[in-house]
Amino acid sequence: MKQQIITKLLTGIAGLGIALGAVTVQASPESDRQEFIKYYKEKYPDIKLEDYVYGALAFDADSKAQYDAIMEFPPFEADIEKGRKMWETPFKNGKTYASCLPNGGKQIAGNYPMFDEAKGKVVTLQDAINDCRTANGEEAFKVSDMKTMGVLTAYMRTLSDGMLMNIKVEGPKATAAYEDGKKTFFSRKGQLNFACASCHVQNAGNRLRSELISPAVGHAVHWPVFRGGDNLVTLQNRYEGCFKQVRAVPPAQGGTIMNNLEYFHSALSNGMPMKASVFRK
Amino acid sequence: MNALRRNVLKGAAGAGTVAVAVAAGLLKPTQALAAAPRSAFEAKSVGDVLKNMGTAAPADSKDISIKAPDIAENGAVVPVEVTSGIAGTSMIAIIAEKNATPLVADFNLSGGAQGFVSTRIKMGQTSLIRAVVTAGGKSYTAAKEVKVTIGGCGG
Amino acid sequence: MAEPMRIRATMAGDVADVKVLMNHPMETGLRKDAKTGQLVPAHYITEVNASVNGAKVLQAGMSGGVSKNPYLGFKVKGAKKGDTVVVSWVDNKGDKNSAEAAIG
Repeated sequence: MKQQIITKLLTGIAGLGIALGAVTVQASPESDRQEFIKYYKEKYPDIKLEDYVYGALAFDADSKAQYDAIMEFPPFEADIEKGRKMWETPFKNGKTYASCLPNGGKQIAGNYPMFDEAKGKVVTLQDAINDCRTANGEEAFKVSDMKTMGVLTAYMRTLSDGMLMNIKVEGPKATAAYEDGKKTFFSRKGQLNFACASCHVQNAGNRLRSELISPAVGHAVHWPVFRGGDNLVTLQNRYEGCFKQVRAVPPAQGGTIMNNLEYFHSALSNGMPMKASVFRK
Repeated sequence: MNALRRNVLKGAAGAGTVAVAVAAGLLKPTQALAAAPRSAFEAKSVGDVLKNMGTAAPADSKDISIKAPDIAENGAVVPVEVTSGIAGTSMIAIIAEKNATPLVADFNLSGGAQGFVSTRIKMGQTSLIRAVVTAGGKSYTAAKEVKVTIGGCGG
Repeated sequence: MAEPMRIRATMAGDVADVKVLMNHPMETGLRKDAKTGQLVPAHYITEVNASVNGAKVLQAGMSGGVSKNPYLGFKVKGAKKGDTVVVSWVDNKGDKNSAEAAIG
């Protein structure tokens, strides 16, 4: 069944070895990543791999210059500052996020999402933050709430700037979650019948009307973003936008489908430096 | 270049001569002027903005450079940098020609401030960004087109 | 009331490079609230003043056409490391804010 789906969905993504890999043997995340890079490299030999963290900006100097001008003194600094205050404010029991997250919450964002064997599921950084809250007698934040979780992570993720993305997929359960995310990535959906891959693999570097499309490698390292310098958007928030843009009903943020997608998608950026929070159009 | 060619505000000839005169110290650059009157900020057309600023017929100048995008990433936040190479530059104004109120800001420079300003502006639609510079009592101008598109993936 | 303003001032040769980020909604008065459909009242900075060691270097007038959380960069020749840059603004409702920084 699964094989059928993937074969069907991937028809048309010619030249991408991963398509064949997925149906024959279960490719490892590292070989998947290499296949993606190879595909983009062949298509765009002049774009440096390290520039993929800039997404579509890597394909357009005019856009990148605006990014640089805005990042010089980002208009959203006050929001990051709000996030810092949230981060530093102790829970009612006197403990802090830093005291319950690994390594004081620093240089850890690149390890997430991670597969939690005990829970038997993917845990995102947002989940880890919520676990930290509930363990200390606080209510969990809604993961899709930009005013709480969004603002907090807009600061918290800056503590991992420069860390290299380091998603581990080990063991059969983790692999199954990864493969589930991959399936979501390649499955066509919505009235437009687009998969994530239709845009971000097949059409990366092309324009859809006025929009230059970003490659999937390098996507996951720079969240959240402030769109227009103002509107805070987290990665799963952005996924929701993508689902809606192809006229599909988005799965719930923080649910298994989204988390597994983030797991797969993040592994594609393994080895690339984390950078929060950034400007996007 | 097209933007410049389409410039409808042909000013007085001999702008270069004036700049040279200022540079040579023949004309003293005026000291910091007061900010443009609020009426200039409320004006709805470029012509009215210029009249209200007292710079009705600025001369085209190649010594003004406008660093602004060809296509704005987001019309809500368009980085614009204006550098004036005209000696004695005492004022730089930024006008987004098709905004409802075109005058975005004017910067009056004094006490060692260089002929340079950098800011971010809103643009409602594709339009010329016009810089108007005052130096030595004369006014100069240059323009660059910035395209504004709707939408955005933001990935 | 007003949130803090940020100033970065550094010497580049004999010119001080000053960058300022103001926190302000910069409402033009022409935007409609997405929920209520009512116009959001105009609320924007109308004037910015900057000085180095007490001497005025810049006076700016603004409309609501400057982006939210306005950014302003300017360059001052003859300033020195350690000089004090003061930047202040006034908006159309009479709110004010001021901040200072030493040139680094």
